[in-house]
Amino acid sequence: MTDLADSIAAALEVGRRRLAGASDLDSFLEARQEVLGKRSAIAQLNTRLGGLDPDQRRDAGAAINGARRTLADEADALQEKWEARRREDRVAAERLDLTEITSGPAGPPLEWSGRGAGHLHLVTQTRDELEDTFVAMGFTVAEGPEAENDWYNFEALNMPPDHPARGMWDTLYLRLGQPGSVLLRTHTSPVQVRLMEAGRLPIYAVMPGRCYRRDTPDARHLAVFHQIEGLVVDKGITFGDMAGVIDAFTAAFFGEGMHARLRPSFFPFTEPSAEFEVTCPICAGAGCRTCSGSGWIELGGCGMVDPNVFASVGIDPEVYTGFAFGFGIDRLAQVRSALPDMRALLDNDVRFLSQF
Amino acid sequence: MKAPLSWLRDYAPLDASVDQLTTVLSELGLVVDGVEEVGGGLADVVVARVLDIRPHPDADRIRLVDVDPGDGGPLQIVCGAWNFNVGDLVPLAPIGAVLPGDFKIAKRKMRGEVSNGMLCAARELELPEPPDATDGLLILAPDLAPPGTPIADALGIEADVVFDLDITPNRPDALCMAGIARDLAAALGETWSWPATSVAAPDPALGAAPVTVSAGDLCPRFTATVMEGLPTGPSPEWMARRLTLAGMRPINAVVDASNYVMLDLGQPNHAYDLAQLGGGGILVRRGVQGETLVTLDDVARALGPDDCVICDADGTAVGVGGIMGGASAEIGPDTQRVLLECAWFDPTAIARTGNRLGLTSEARTRFERGVDPGLAERAATRFFDLLRAIPGGENLRRGPLVDERDPSLPAGPELTLRTARVNEVLGVDLSDSDVAGYLEPLGFAVAGDRVTVPTWRLEVAREIDLIEEVARMYGYRRIARTVPAGSGRRTGGLTTRQRERRRIRAVLGGAGLDEAWTTTFLAPGDLDRAGLDPAAVEVENPLDRSESLLRTSLMPGLLKALRFNLDRQLDDLALFEIGRVFRLPAPGSVLPEEEELLGVAVLPPAGASLRSSVRPSADAAVVSAVRSWQWLASALRLDSPALVAGEVAGLHRGRSARAFAGRVELGAVGEVDPDVVSAYELSGRVGWVSLSLDALAGVARRPRLVGDISRYPASDVDLAFVVDEAVPAADVVAAVRSAGGDLVEDVTLFDVYRGERVGAGVRSLALRARFRALDRTLTDTELADLRQGLIDAAAGVGATLRS
Repeated sequence: MTDLADSIAAALEVGRRRLAGASDLDSFLEARQEVLGKRSAIAQLNTRLGGLDPDQRRDAGAAINGARRTLADEADALQEKWEARRREDRVAAERLDLTEITSGPAGPPLEWSGRGAGHLHLVTQTRDELEDTFVAMGFTVAEGPEAENDWYNFEALNMPPDHPARGMWDTLYLRLGQPGSVLLRTHTSPVQVRLMEAGRLPIYAVMPGRCYRRDTPDARHLAVFHQIEGLVVDKGITFGDMAGVIDAFTAAFFGEGMHARLRPSFFPFTEPSAEFEVTCPICAGAGCRTCSGSGWIELGGCGMVDPNVFASVGIDPEVYTGFAFGFGIDRLAQVRSALPDMRALLDNDVRFLSQF
Repeated sequence: MKAPLSWLRDYAPLDASVDQLTTVLSELGLVVDGVEEVGGGLADVVVARVLDIRPHPDADRIRLVDVDPGDGGPLQIVCGAWNFNVGDLVPLAPIGAVLPGDFKIAKRKMRGEVSNGMLCAARELELPEPPDATDGLLILAPDLAPPGTPIADALGIEADVVFDLDITPNRPDALCMAGIARDLAAALGETWSWPATSVAAPDPALGAAPVTVSAGDLCPRFTATVMEGLPTGPSPEWMARRLTLAGMRPINAVVDASNYVMLDLGQPNHAYDLAQLGGGGILVRRGVQGETLVTLDDVARALGPDDCVICDADGTAVGVGGIMGGASAEIGPDTQRVLLECAWFDPTAIARTGNRLGLTSEARTRFERGVDPGLAERAATRFFDLLRAIPGGENLRRGPLVDERDPSLPAGPELTLRTARVNEVLGVDLSDSDVAGYLEPLGFAVAGDRVTVPTWRLEVAREIDLIEEVARMYGYRRIARTVPAGSGRRTGGLTTRQRERRRIRAVLGGAGLDEAWTTTFLAPGDLDRAGLDPAAVEVENPLDRSESLLRTSLMPGLLKALRFNLDRQLDDLALFEIGRVFRLPAPGSVLPEEEELLGVAVLPPAGASLRSSVRPSADAAVVSAVRSWQWLASALRLDSPALVAGEVAGLHRGRSARAFAGRVELGAVGEVDPDVVSAYELSGRVGWVSLSLDALAGVARRPRLVGDISRYPASDVDLAFVVDEAVPAADVVAAVRSAGGDLVEDVTLFDVYRGERVGAGVRSLALRARFRALDRTLTDTELADLRQGLIDAAAGVGATLRS
């Protein structure tokens, strides 16, 4: 037994010396294999357990294992050191003065590449086109935060807490502040509220941006998506103006001969409210699969700004009237490009990206 | 909401084609999701009597059936159903019949035996399954009709049309046939009227059930009627059929009548087995903390003081008011007497309780949106009438209606409606009488500018709500489209920042990079793998754990996108993205700090790519990142753009720099840390740029003033300096440039040499300085002086002229 204990101590000592003798990561790994591998001196000690009675065998086995674990722990620490050293060496060996590149001729970023010009994402291209169309109609483009508090996303939009209409949006909440108080905006309408609160009237603006809903993605819906809304607040604005602007936009964006039609609907922040449909851009109204034969595509919602919304931002609804509208940018891109599954927008497959 | 046209016609003629009705419904805002024509395809199907059943000589699973199709028969049919006996009446589709789904019946031989038609199951005729049906044929009532009678006549089935309507939350009145018909009739200019009601007087002998309401704010109206002499068994075919078409399963006469009343009038109601109600009456109270109730769906629900609880007179809970009944007082086959509840609950309280319990029901949907508070009595009478008209219900008696009302029960408000305001908001030109003409058919009472709202339209509470009603009835289609006149001059346009964002995209796109769009969400561990601080804003209720954090960097998303492409054997990748990142809120704020970033990730191919014979150099990834930065700095006219070597989280420590414009830090440029590259299971090296668009918005740009351009020849001076590796090339260039003063046009590093000839720890930088004066050709003497000046200046940053 003492004999075995001595052997363990010796193996430990030899092992330590062997590990300490390494000069770099490779030689260390080699040493580690020798000292802790299946054929190491310590592993060999196990063969001597056979001749012992069960009690002794248990104690001796534990002693061998303990020594092995000690050595392994020490090896881990050393290995970490050697790996860090190797990283340091690599950093040093690969150190580059990036200003040597900036001080030289400004060549093209991808000088090896045979790909030609790059491509802008279908969604941002669509967004650009939409912005341009509205800018040409005299609108500005407004933006705002994607994480919002309840006031901007719901309450100022005529949806007090417990309002059943909140159920129309499946909301993602953030673990910040009071539970349920900070959320990812479900629409870009909070930007409308901020714009009206700022109080510079009249307002003719569109607000594009990223929105979030707790919706399982499918071929037609994404949980992270893009929307564009519009807001007009001025004296003497009528429902007829809203219908006219939407119709003009439809013709400007989709082309002459394309129209919009409205039908009554409900949104808590507008009244009267409407859904708007546009001539199906695939079949130009003749009826096809995309529009289920109707000749019309449902695009978005709109309505006259509800007096309660004006009240919450301090605009006198007897002096000013206005309208708002909104629709999905991704959805529009999907319809126009006949994209079978919207989830492809998020893959960033270069074969997809380079088609646009 | 499914509305069979035949049912709607109980209220008005609705004399228009199905297409017209569909259009009118949509234009009223009752969106038609689908139109289904039903009950067709039964024209040739007749009642037949089974005369004999014989085994098929050559098959085990089918039998030969002789039937009487009306001419006495026997007509042989081969049939695979086993649920009928000799003497039963069954539906027969004879040869030539066309069943629903355009299924033609032809004479055919089955294992050598002729089949002269088909005996049908309910499903094959699109008829409702009887409640106790076994698998197989539809077995008709024993004395339904003589053989040969068309099945449609025998069952009283008419061809029907079912509109599947999407009712918006502001139209609770349209969650029933009466309400839908009211809108349609008004739009079509037809008269709408209630169906006749019974004159059977309450029977005082039945007595009034005791009702106490101690939670009048939650339940402002509770009515109870005791009824006795209920019909047992199934409801009649016509009622079962209507319920089926409306999407409900017939169960038995009493339950069906209850559902029918809700669908017909919009009044949710509940029939309790009176024998099961302790004290024979009802107590409506608030829930008690710790109280539970097992609802009809067999789930134990924890109730509290915000909830309205329906109890028996002894105080034992029997239902969650307005949402769902309890299992205990459910009516069963032995029920002799029922207590019928027709009540009105506070919509907000219903929504609150429903949300908390996560419990939805037809009743909840209606009550939380708003039921007509004046409907209870009519609904109770309708329930009574329906059951009394059913065979077995002739002796039904009812007691008096007990009607408990709280002062908070709403009535239809009186509103002011200014015709001028209608015209202002809509852009139309209506008269007072036009306006009245649109509102009155819907039940609004108009007197001058005062409008009284009917109890079934309580969500109409403001002038603007009335204006919407006028617009709906006038027709959105008819409102003339105009262009806003507006109050003043306005110009549209993009902001500087928006234009600059587009410029960035154009420059990078032009340089060959593809624009990506990655999700805002990260999985736990994504940041750690990218060598970044793992602190991030958490999503409280993510759809999936892999989407539970908001990104603090674009790097994880873009690295994943690279990986997605590599997995598909696509290499030669260069992606960029512009998007928001989110950091934990600053002290004193609850909203996250948002920043708009540009991210660039370039992964050159391992060798020459498919389309190019040029092999990327070993440092191609980092070079492409630096050049992308250079292109952007130039395109955005940044003043004094600079890269300053420094450690950046996630980047290779020897190949990373912070990017500045003057003193403002814009972001980082370099190569992704090789450990991060392998953690994202990528191979090769990844060039990286991250710039803040927020920071960019605040930095100075070179002025747009044009500089003078000399017409004299240039003189180039080439100099090679030996420079310590620790001194950035940019410092040497800057020193040389400033020494040249106004006369230096450009300084370029054209060669870098490292090796034995210069020694270790230093490299040789070969610079070309181009001199030119605005007003003269520089002389050799001047150039010699300038050259010496450059050498002296370079020495100032530790660069010695290479000999």
